[in-house]
Amino acid sequence: MPVLVEEKSTQIFQKFFVFWDRVGILLAFLVVFVMFGALTPVFFHPLNILNVIRQVSIIGVIAVGMTFVILLGGIDLSVGSIVAFTGIIAAGFQVKWGGSLFLSIVVPLLIGGGIGFLNGFISTKGKLHPFIVTLGMMSIFRGATLLVAQGKPISGMSPAFRFIGAGMVGPIPFPVILFLGCVVIAGIVLKRTVFGRYIYAIGGNEEAALLSGIMVERYKISAFTLLGFLSGLSGLILTSRLNSGELVAGQGYELDVIASVVIGGTSLMGGEGGVYGTLIGALLIGVVSNGLNLLGVQPYWQMIVKGIIVIFAVLLDRLKRRFRTA
Amino acid sequence: MRKLILGLVIGVFLVCSVLGSLALSKDLTIGLSFPSLSFAWFAFLEQAVKDKAAQLGGIEVISLEAENNVSKQISIIEDMIIKGVDGVLLVPIEVEAVIPAIEALNKANIPVVTVDRRIKEGAPVQILCHVGADNVEGGRKAAKFIVEKLTEKYGEPKGVVIELTGTPGAGPAIDRSAGFNEIMKQYPNIVVKSQTANFRREDGMKVMEDFIMSTPQIDAVFGANDEMILGAIQALDASGKFDVKEVITVGFDALPEALKLIEEGVLDATIEQFPGKQAATAFEILVKYLREGVTPEKSLVYIEPKVITKDNLNEAEKSF
Repeated sequence: MPVLVEEKSTQIFQKFFVFWDRVGILLAFLVVFVMFGALTPVFFHPLNILNVIRQVSIIGVIAVGMTFVILLGGIDLSVGSIVAFTGIIAAGFQVKWGGSLFLSIVVPLLIGGGIGFLNGFISTKGKLHPFIVTLGMMSIFRGATLLVAQGKPISGMSPAFRFIGAGMVGPIPFPVILFLGCVVIAGIVLKRTVFGRYIYAIGGNEEAALLSGIMVERYKISAFTLLGFLSGLSGLILTSRLNSGELVAGQGYELDVIASVVIGGTSLMGGEGGVYGTLIGALLIGVVSNGLNLLGVQPYWQMIVKGIIVIFAVLLDRLKRRFRTA
Repeated sequence: MRKLILGLVIGVFLVCSVLGSLALSKDLTIGLSFPSLSFAWFAFLEQAVKDKAAQLGGIEVISLEAENNVSKQISIIEDMIIKGVDGVLLVPIEVEAVIPAIEALNKANIPVVTVDRRIKEGAPVQILCHVGADNVEGGRKAAKFIVEKLTEKYGEPKGVVIELTGTPGAGPAIDRSAGFNEIMKQYPNIVVKSQTANFRREDGMKVMEDFIMSTPQIDAVFGANDEMILGAIQALDASGKFDVKEVITVGFDALPEALKLIEEGVLDATIEQFPGKQAATAFEILVKYLREGVTPEKSLVYIEPKVITKDNLNEAEKSF
């Protein structure tokens, strides 16, 4: 008799998690969204909504890349430093080294991709955990940023460069278009291409993927390279938006980025999740911060709330796995 | 062969140590420990010290990066003691945590001068002198400037003022806000809304965007450093709801970018604390003590902060 009861409750949990898998995070987001709207009507103002998406886009662009890396069971802590380094390089080309718009966009993106490639190459070929490799890179490129900038922020970008972070296409801020563009493209790549399917296959069971002839290392390096490139893009957006290459730029970004991905339902174990979840995860973090600001809540609470959401999200993931295998 | 190599190694070692001690006996070696050189502010302090050292002559300055990390700063100071520096010029990251390191300096008889930020009052350690800016007074002056401008605008002191505060818990953030609010409290018709923007431009912009949405009327914005007010100005400018030149904006630190905006009439004022003068004065006091044994008259030297507006731009140090 007790066995039967247990089975029944397990079934209910299983049903709940199937349901949660599909729409849970979206539902949670909507609840928070409506709650803030009810508390401060100005929250729903279209301008405020655009503000939030624009604020989120800088983190969000990186989170799109991080989704690929985490799907493969990896992690990258160097993203914030890449943002700062590529940002200062962009600012350098704008202000100090001739002011070429082309170079100030292309060089930082290539450097971002290059650092990502190194992250992937060293961790796969050297058989090191990416946590350690990227931790080292985080320090290297924070230092390199200071070195290039000689301890001073570089400011005063050209109007054309400022379009990247501050420009508008009709009523929509340009960074929002970049961010949503990245999400859509990444979504298609993950679901509709061989590349995407293999990423899930490797993340789900690396050994099996390797035995079935997938070039696991090549895919991992590609994912890190993509993430580095997108961190470079984020560096461009931030530098353009602030009109300044800042030395402290991107500090702590890795936490917000990883939180966005995890809240969005991508498992830190790899193989499960997707980029649309990441979009919602990033928006959720942005909405909470914006809503609490509008309400005039002390900033300390924002950190506490963010932490609770992250732990809750990971806990759900863990429970989901347990009941699926039960 | 083995003996030859051993002899060579010992020989080189001896020569090096003799040369090293000679170099040390000739020069004064002074260690600098600042929170982080990634802030333009501290990079500038460092430069001011190095300039002063070059001017005084015969002094080696060792500056190490603490990455704004208290435990790193403590180990840097311990390393300096082992290296045998003659004196230490210190900007403590935090008021209390660095005290054990200062105790160790006291034990080693190495004099310490603090600049810009103080250690906790009443701590059981010896500080030769503190040279700093009066951040509370700076906050007061910013508030008085805004009150004056509001009175000009409305005929009486009233309106809505946004205060962007610095990193929670940091000394300058606490002091500037305390001074600012001490004055503002005297005017019941002025509404002050505060939120932290962590001394960062990015956060200044974000928080301001949110204030623009939540607050229909904004008469003045005070940023507890220039980075934050620069971010806020960009948010105001992009909002289309407010005219930046109409809103009274006041920053703090007199960064060159802020001074440029004052010249253009966008920013109304910034508070100059003369960091170069602070650092140079502190360094001079330390050197004088080491070379001539002169103990400073006062153990606390305050450099008076000043409101910089379009009318007295040339009084700013402008040296970043």
